[in-house]
Amino acid sequence: MVLKVFFPSCCSLAESGILIGRWISEQNSAVILAVVHFPFIPVQVKQYLSEVQRVTKVGISVLGSWSNSKQEKEESLSEFLEDLGTIFSHEPWIQISKEGDSKFWSCSTLQKHSNNPKEEEIILVYYDQRKVMLSHLHPPLDTATSTDHRADDASKLSAIFDTVAKSKILFMTDRYDDGPIKLTHWQSDGVEASIIVELVKQASVPACMLLTFLLSLVSGICRSRVLKFWPLSFLWSKLSTCEQLGHRLQHLQVISSNKKAQTQTQLMRKANIFVSLLIDVALGILLMSWLYRKNRIGHLADTLIPVADHVAEELQDLLQWLMGAPAGLKMNRALDQVLGRFFLYHIHLWISYIHLMSPFIEMILWYVGLSACLGLTVALCILSDIIALLTFHIYCFYVYGARLYCLKIYGLSSLWRLFRGKKWNVLRQRVDSCSYDLDQLFIGTLLFTILLFLLPTTALYYLVFTLLRLLVVLVQGLIHLLVDLIDSLPLYSIILRLCRSYRLAAGVKFRVLEQQDGKPLRLLMQINPLSYGRVVQTYRLPTYSCYPKDSWTSLCKKLFLGELIYPWKHKGEKQD
Amino acid sequence: MEERRYRSASGAPIALRRRQHSASCRELAVRCPRLQLRSLSAVTSAVWLVAYGLFVLSENSMVLSAAIFITLIGLIIYLHFVKIDQESLLVIGSLGIQVTSSYASGKESTTFIEMGQVKDVVINEAVHMQKVIYYLCILLQDPGDPQGVSEVVPLFQSSKPRLDCLIEVYRSCQEILQQRKTAPQ
Repeated sequence: MVLKVFFPSCCSLAESGILIGRWISEQNSAVILAVVHFPFIPVQVKQYLSEVQRVTKVGISVLGSWSNSKQEKEESLSEFLEDLGTIFSHEPWIQISKEGDSKFWSCSTLQKHSNNPKEEEIILVYYDQRKVMLSHLHPPLDTATSTDHRADDASKLSAIFDTVAKSKILFMTDRYDDGPIKLTHWQSDGVEASIIVELVKQASVPACMLLTFLLSLVSGICRSRVLKFWPLSFLWSKLSTCEQLGHRLQHLQVISSNKKAQTQTQLMRKANIFVSLLIDVALGILLMSWLYRKNRIGHLADTLIPVADHVAEELQDLLQWLMGAPAGLKMNRALDQVLGRFFLYHIHLWISYIHLMSPFIEMILWYVGLSACLGLTVALCILSDIIALLTFHIYCFYVYGARLYCLKIYGLSSLWRLFRGKKWNVLRQRVDSCSYDLDQLFIGTLLFTILLFLLPTTALYYLVFTLLRLLVVLVQGLIHLLVDLIDSLPLYSIILRLCRSYRLAAGVKFRVLEQQDGKPLRLLMQINPLSYGRVVQTYRLPTYSCYPKDSWTSLCKKLFLGELIYPWKHKGEKQD
Repeated sequence: MEERRYRSASGAPIALRRRQHSASCRELAVRCPRLQLRSLSAVTSAVWLVAYGLFVLSENSMVLSAAIFITLIGLIIYLHFVKIDQESLLVIGSLGIQVTSSYASGKESTTFIEMGQVKDVVINEAVHMQKVIYYLCILLQDPGDPQGVSEVVPLFQSSKPRLDCLIEVYRSCQEILQQRKTAPQ
């Protein structure tokens, strides 16, 4: 059987001593965490180890001996080390010895109660203790989602990573501490600490409390009865800016909560939200400074009214074209004129309202532009809402055209059934045959022919306005896509993967080092970082909008029947 | 360490290198056919001829600079993401199997599969268009069902060695995999 010894590369230069770590008997492997140097009192060592075991819940014990001699191998030392095996009884007792500066160490085991006397092969695996301690192993995607995952099937590597990560307290004593035990591990030359990190930790507590207080005030105002009256609540639900602000408020609440993050996922989520908010606000302030310099916002407001006028004029030209002979098709004169005049009057009303509002536009825009400092996403949502408001007349025309067309289609289908002598049974939800009277049939046929010959005119108006509406929806959809991207991108995780790639591990990789015959196999274990795609997939922040659930076929069916389409539905809204 | 020449499924020359590091550790590396200077110059000249033709038609010198830019970027992307130089298999008995692909730009992409997840290493046949090709693959154990296979990981996908090379690799792997059956673990 093969014995695997995981040796930290920082202990290669340590003085002679005994090895402490964890023995994983199911995998026949020993994970060495530190080296205890001479002189020591065995009772004190055992006491220290039991204390550490109590705190970390990791089964640490003395695993063997380590001898680093500058000259030739000393016989007396080797006997002494073997005798230590009787004091700290451990099965098997591992003995590693290094001579001079040689890279090739000799490794042997002492088995007292073994039945097979055969020499077992030993594999020496070097690992970087600090990187393995800080790293978080991500299981492959299919096992992460499976629920019937037994504890003993856990990956062997995760046992090793867990052992090193949980033994953090062991690495807190360095060689300048006065204690009975002298250890060598990755931090034994001095515990690392950063002043900035400590200061930030101290300052974050009062900052969090202040933020929580402010947020409770703001959410209290938002939930007050004043804002719940019918016209206002309807308005809030339709504006995407309010959704985005509510979403960001939720994020702030997550960050400012006093509870420390328990798991790695929670910690990463908090960090991602914090970095995302920071970048958002920074970009928003940049945008604001660009807009307000050289009075660009004034220019924008000045061009808004002419643009709205231009759009209205184009619509009027379009309607005149439809009222004539569009694309060479021959329309029904009377219906054409009625519909055309109806829509033209609407446009006339719309232009009058816009001109009424024009003196106030610049001031409103100036103040609304100030809210870009809340974040780039808020500014984009405001843009999307402005587009929605400016193209409100297109939305109205679409609704009129769709309703008219829908009515016509239903009428046609019902009268078509009458033609064939059938009827829709509402109780049974199916088509049944029915015998009609002669006068019913006569009226029905007349109405059918009228509706059928008026169909092209209505269909054309419906088609034109649906296309315009789809164009506006497309533009709004692209803006919302961008907002969602900024909202859900886990920037902190991506930066971590770029700069400290060992923190996010997908697995390990082994490199075979130089070998010498007769010595154990030497391998170097390095951390294999996660790919960027998996980083984004694992740490994506959830967003509030759900993408079109309608497949293309159902969308086409709805368009054909004239049902109104709402492609961008938000989570929590009633589905119709 | 020994190196032998074989042929890939499409007839290009490849080389198999075997190293035995210890009794339970073997490394098998297949070196793929190198990037040919002929094909590189042919593609570059074709792109530049087309660009020159467009330049003559449109009298816009941006077309030429764009062609140079596209050729450079395309070459970098090809070398870094597409062209695989060497595919190797490192079998460490009782630890696992490591599959590495090294690209022409020096990038290496590694996957390590633990021995507990490996059910077996087999040679499979696949019907591809009008040919039947053989490929070596690792069968992964299904944790719920001891007889089942949860995943098949194909090896040497870019170099596609022929059956004689695959048999050598298969024999080397099986010698090490047999050891874990004889060991009580």
